[in-house]
Amino acid sequence: MAYSDKIRETYQTQLKGIREAGLFKQERFIHSPQAADIEVEFPAGSPLKKVINMCSNNYLGLSSHPEVVQAAHEGLETRGYGMSSVRFICGTQDIHRELESRLTEFLGTEDTLLFPSCMDANAGVFEAVLTKDDVIISDRLVHASLIDGIRLCSAMHDTIKHSDMGHLEEKLQLHADKRFKMAVTDGVFSMDGDTAKLDEMAAVCDKYDAMILVDDSHASGFIGKTGRGTHEKCGVVGKMDIITTTFGKALGGASGGCVSGRRELVEMCRQRARPYLFSNTIAPVVVAGVLKVMDIISKSTERRDKLERNAAYWRKGLTEAGFVLKEGDTPIVPVMLFNAKLAQDFSRALYDEGIYAVGFFFPVVPQSQARIRTQISAGHETHHLDKALDAFIKVGKTFDILGRTKQEIIAKYGT
Amino acid sequence: MAEELKDTVLNYVIKEYLEDDSEPLAYDTPLISGGIVDSFSMVSLKRFLENRYAISIPDDEATPEAFDSVNKIADLVERFVAKKG
Repeated sequence: MAYSDKIRETYQTQLKGIREAGLFKQERFIHSPQAADIEVEFPAGSPLKKVINMCSNNYLGLSSHPEVVQAAHEGLETRGYGMSSVRFICGTQDIHRELESRLTEFLGTEDTLLFPSCMDANAGVFEAVLTKDDVIISDRLVHASLIDGIRLCSAMHDTIKHSDMGHLEEKLQLHADKRFKMAVTDGVFSMDGDTAKLDEMAAVCDKYDAMILVDDSHASGFIGKTGRGTHEKCGVVGKMDIITTTFGKALGGASGGCVSGRRELVEMCRQRARPYLFSNTIAPVVVAGVLKVMDIISKSTERRDKLERNAAYWRKGLTEAGFVLKEGDTPIVPVMLFNAKLAQDFSRALYDEGIYAVGFFFPVVPQSQARIRTQISAGHETHHLDKALDAFIKVGKTFDILGRTKQEIIAKYGT
Repeated sequence: MAEELKDTVLNYVIKEYLEDDSEPLAYDTPLISGGIVDSFSMVSLKRFLENRYAISIPDDEATPEAFDSVNKIADLVERFVAKKG
């Protein structure tokens, strides 16, 4: 037997260390479709509890939308359940290409390639288009999947301080001798909820002949006047060389992602990106669902408008109650608590009040930056937000943090 | 040269990696093992030193250990400057 006691004990010790550090992740079982109101079994074995979900990526409230579910049913009937193939052997249906065209049009790019997830898109894109003669310059707060993708690529990698365009310019000068330069950023940063300065970035990159890649997973479908994404908000549609994004958040929330951008770069991904070449095609049922999502969001901005109103209402309520928030205007509203244990205790107390919002702490966010990340949805009604706000205020009073500054909270609870 | 070199490295690290509210930095503060500089971000420091002192530090010498404090970086740079003659 190869799995000896020594091997087992090594892993048991590691897992014990993770538990003792308070970093052990435990799933909460949801017994209902994804929505503003969900039924949760937590801890495992407990009776089901009805709670308001304040931490999903279901920004547009389309994850369980009847028209999307119906379209998925029809996709299942007409195109089957699975394709049992990667795209380039016998895994491409007409609807896969149709979705690629719809995304190209929606994002204002030249071409699009579907991936099993945006994690896969980010894992594959750099290696497919860059070599050791090139340099990637990324924001220091980009998503982990971008960092993994960059690690898989032989190009030199450098970083800039968060959203510091002066620093980007210095780095473009420092690496002027490289064949190609690519600046990499999130559109909306997932932990802080702030938005990349894509207009300034485009101006700097134009000056130094550098490409831009933006991961717009927390933006596609709702940021910008018609929901095209961060590039629309910043007035630079058509200037992004590569956009990667997911269908696992606002765009139906099931799975899948894409690389969209300059025709040749997308084609290089089709030829060389390993997660595209060696992983299964997206299931037809998911493609059919996302196509319906594209219909819904292309026809009307009603859902993203409601989301914007909801997010503003929520942020105003928390601010007036005296919480410390990260500044921003997106549906990601982080309530800053700074201390990891406080974040966990606060989350647990909210749950007791019927509010589901998870605490984040190191290493997911930097040390001393623990928080409850709230995420607003177009699926929330005012009564959801009012009830959640009442719970936040009640728990905030219990922990005596309302109206207190960052320094005061740290003085009381430590970092 | 030693002191001037150390100050040059120290100032670069402060400007490049530290946020406004960071703790002060000393010559022997652990940079990489202390979480101040991640191994990705070493690239710009390496390139800065190579440009400034007209040296070339091979990748197998530019290890996280060799870049772990201002003192260690200064030693490394001095060695390559001396080699250059």
